[in-house]
Amino acid sequence: MGEISLESMSEQYYDVLKEIGNIGAGNATTALAQMLQCKVDMKVPQVKLLDFSEVGAMMGGEEQIMAGIYLCVEGDITGSIMFLLRKDAAKHLVSKLMGMELPGEDFDEIGTSALKEIGNIITGAYLNSLSSLTNLKIFPSVPDLTIDMAGAILSVPAIEFGTLGDKILLIQTQFTDDCELDGYFILVPDLESYGKILGALGITF
Amino acid sequence: MSECIKVGMADLKVCISPDSVTTLGLGSCVGIAIRDPITKIGGLAHVMLPDSGAIRNNTNVYKFADTGIEELVVQMEKAGAKRNRMVAKIAGGAQMFSFQNKTDLVRVGDRNVEASKKKLKELGIPILAEDTGLNFGRTVIFYPESGDYVIRAVGKEERVI
Repeated sequence: MGEISLESMSEQYYDVLKEIGNIGAGNATTALAQMLQCKVDMKVPQVKLLDFSEVGAMMGGEEQIMAGIYLCVEGDITGSIMFLLRKDAAKHLVSKLMGMELPGEDFDEIGTSALKEIGNIITGAYLNSLSSLTNLKIFPSVPDLTIDMAGAILSVPAIEFGTLGDKILLIQTQFTDDCELDGYFILVPDLESYGKILGALGITF
Repeated sequence: MSECIKVGMADLKVCISPDSVTTLGLGSCVGIAIRDPITKIGGLAHVMLPDSGAIRNNTNVYKFADTGIEELVVQMEKAGAKRNRMVAKIAGGAQMFSFQNKTDLVRVGDRNVEASKKKLKELGIPILAEDTGLNFGRTVIFYPESGDYVIRAVGKEERVI
């Protein structure tokens, strides 16, 4: 098995990731619609390989307040997955789920737990599709949630990517219920797992 | 007019008073601010990982605490600063997520702080102040004129160290 670097990854690999992203986000959207009991639409996700400096800017600046849900993955592949959305979008979803407006600026205990659950379901749906496409066993850990500046949250996956290269791989999905919500997936498999995912899909590199 | 120069992730910048340097949303990364109080030359490095020796893909010297700080000092010297007058302040190195992971990547914030201190000691640059660790992001601004290192965090009072 050869060395993989993100920079030298082929077009074909992006297509695969885009497709996994598409199916994963599709599953996530269905799960979200069931949870909220309303219609949720989704746009075709975009897969982007970005410089560290570009990622924050894309989400509305490094100081944009975001909710980040992060969990570890074990099983046939190891790594981590993060789901990010803007704080206002997160509040919108939680209010909708709980059927009431959240009091105050911040999330209370129940709000936080509801948001973790949303993150759990969305990332779970995503990982499920990855797992069934590749036939690899993927076990997610219990998610953890942080609400902080985009730059600070992104430093976590950026550091993990930093051990591989100088870029970060991001999947952007736009959900629409009665307003538009941008969500971002960042999947960080370790190098060995990249090989396994590709191998499982029958791609040589 | 003074300018506030932005430093990105895995990046560094040198400036001369009245200009200042800033980096937005430091998480587990560490922002190392160094200043020569006589020439008022200052610099800020935003490093992501502790040790360039531990990783194969280490061509980007700005990314690591050891090589990044060294590069910052060299660039400041080129700008006219003297190493024996340099003093440092550091911020960042938070642990953004609390769960336990078997890999020590999760403790990377602490390790970044330790590696930064070690490198500064090696170079003989004293650390005057620090605001490190804990679990929140920080935006920092460094003023080489006064040596003030301003730290902002979400929902917290602004701090000057």
